[in-house]
Amino acid sequence: MADTITKAEIINPENLVYKKTSMMTNNVLSYCPGCGHGTAHRIIMEVIDEMGLQAKTIGVAPVGCSVLAYDFMNIDMQQAAHGRAPALATAIKRLHPEKTVFTYQGDGDLAAIGTAETIHAANRGENFTIFFINNGIYGMTGGQMAPTTLEGMKSSTTPYGREWQRMGHPLKMTELIAQLPGTYYVTRQAVHTPVSVRKAKKAVRTAIELQQQNKGLTFVEIVSNCNSGWKMTPVQANQWMVDNMFPFYPLGDIKVDGELVKK
Amino acid sequence: MALKGEIVVDIEKCKGCEVCLAHCPTETIAMVDAVNGKGYHYMQDIHGKCTGCTNCAVVCPDGVITVYRVKV
Amino acid sequence: MGKELKLMKGNEAFAEAAIRAGVDGYFGYPITPQSEVMEYLTAEKPHERTGMIVLQAESEVASINMLYGGAACGKKVMTSSSSPGISLMQEGISYMAGAELPCVLLNVVRGGPGLGTIQPSQADYFQSTKGGGHGDYHTIVLAPSSVQEMYDYVELGYELAFKYRTPVMVQSDGAIGQMMEKVQTGDQKIRLTEEEIIRNCPWATTGKTPNRERNIITSLNLDSLVQEKHNIKLQKKYREIEAVEVRFEKIQCDDAEFLFVAYGTSARICLKSIQILRAKGIKVGLFRPITLYPFPKEPLYKMVKNVKGILSVEMSAGQMIEDIKLAVECKVPVYHFGRMGGIIPSPTEVADFLEHQFIKG
Repeated sequence: MADTITKAEIINPENLVYKKTSMMTNNVLSYCPGCGHGTAHRIIMEVIDEMGLQAKTIGVAPVGCSVLAYDFMNIDMQQAAHGRAPALATAIKRLHPEKTVFTYQGDGDLAAIGTAETIHAANRGENFTIFFINNGIYGMTGGQMAPTTLEGMKSSTTPYGREWQRMGHPLKMTELIAQLPGTYYVTRQAVHTPVSVRKAKKAVRTAIELQQQNKGLTFVEIVSNCNSGWKMTPVQANQWMVDNMFPFYPLGDIKVDGELVKK
Repeated sequence: MALKGEIVVDIEKCKGCEVCLAHCPTETIAMVDAVNGKGYHYMQDIHGKCTGCTNCAVVCPDGVITVYRVKV
Repeated sequence: MGKELKLMKGNEAFAEAAIRAGVDGYFGYPITPQSEVMEYLTAEKPHERTGMIVLQAESEVASINMLYGGAACGKKVMTSSSSPGISLMQEGISYMAGAELPCVLLNVVRGGPGLGTIQPSQADYFQSTKGGGHGDYHTIVLAPSSVQEMYDYVELGYELAFKYRTPVMVQSDGAIGQMMEKVQTGDQKIRLTEEEIIRNCPWATTGKTPNRERNIITSLNLDSLVQEKHNIKLQKKYREIEAVEVRFEKIQCDDAEFLFVAYGTSARICLKSIQILRAKGIKVGLFRPITLYPFPKEPLYKMVKNVKGILSVEMSAGQMIEDIKLAVECKVPVYHFGRMGGIIPSPTEVADFLEHQFIKG
């Protein structure tokens, strides 16, 4: 019997093991082929789905590539001005303490123009979750230098590579945030392999669960690729990320249960 | 007992990024020569060796892969 | 809490009115001459009185964006600031106008440009009435000229803000913010429940339930045709506001041969100037716009046939005078008298200007 099972018999709802969550809309993602944003969106929405939080969740989309996140996440959402998502989320959560509130921000949004809002929301210990997508570049505007651009890394405004003497150092925003007493859980993840996606999803779930316990700000960085901005194929970009981004932005938990993780 | 899987790819939404390919333990998936409506080559199970491990679906940025699995 | 008669500063009256109006959240940043608003609110413990949230933000930029987030949830939100702070908020106000969100903002105007001075001024007329930030939009602007009106325009502000889904600016100045007068308060209103908000604001981001589509609050439309359509919708709303919401006051205008047009502190000064001039037999009246936007064009135009000239009195280099000239189509001479840099003109110098520079000049 085993050898004779047909394809049609296998493709049957009772045998389903993975399907895109209904918390993602059916709109075609506006991201470039291979971009990690899509995976990051999906794992967040899978957690919202698994925890049954659709009716209780309010998301805040940033300015940047994910400005249209509300087209893809099947929840109530608001689009913020550049860098201001943590200010919006502060008010939303304070006025709706029973809701699950998150911001989804890129490195330009969170670590450059929105540094003040990010740090102060974290320092106040606001009970929402920040998802920080760090690809070391401004993707949407065409690949300019971001605060997180690595030293020596080329971008359209560092065409010969970033020199710290003239352009400053790459900013480790997540380590900085972890120092603040208002943050409870701070972690850095990636979504380039099935293993990393599963780990990142676990981190997303932890963050949302801790938010529900009013523990303070929870912060999940996802180091991601920008193959268009980096001028590489998606597969090359993921390898470049492993070789260059991860040594500077090492993956793993930075703060757990309100305590810095000793390395 | 072994696991037998099938994948269904939403061909029109596949962008041909190839991120899934390296993560298939049985190397059963590949890009096909044909293109979709947007001109992208898309991924298919071409060798029929799918075990339904879901790796390709989990790592697919566009969430275009649905996976089914049976024990045989 | 029932009605009370109190002696209060303008800024305090505004804050007390916020608590009594059932405001859900105040988000502010200190700046002279309006810091008493947040000081009063924090001292009053509104979280105990009504459950109102008061938060001192890290900047005016953050405050206005907290309003943007709170208003999207259908909550009654508020901030207050003074001129340089309002300049910083303009991007957020533009977003709120674009996304059609209600809120009430208080601008206790001080002298500019730049850091300027902390003394009273009316030099933010352009900023408040002509949009202020980027894009085609207006905010409704209410101009109190007494501490009582500082109180009253909070509730009126929310009524208009929610009726039209638009930010409403209460444009005061350093004098009215700081002066003390008696205030008749209203009763304490109860803050709306979640169910009431969902019913009143079906557009609000309150969490997607199975019985409705997702609510998205955004000011972004990448498709130009959609964005133009949205702009046309906004403009239609502004025309409706201009037709319906004009507010003004006429004082001693029936026999007036000359008119002062002034609002806020300047309007109070003109009242004394009228006494001085009428004692000399010069028949002067005051036309006081209460809504600076929508500017009371028609009512002012109707008065043109009876007067020989109009003097716009403003604590600025002359900003409202442009709207006056447009309103009266230059059918009578329109002059400006003003002081700048935070100086309040005296009734005598206003009267002298009308008598010697305008009438005889």
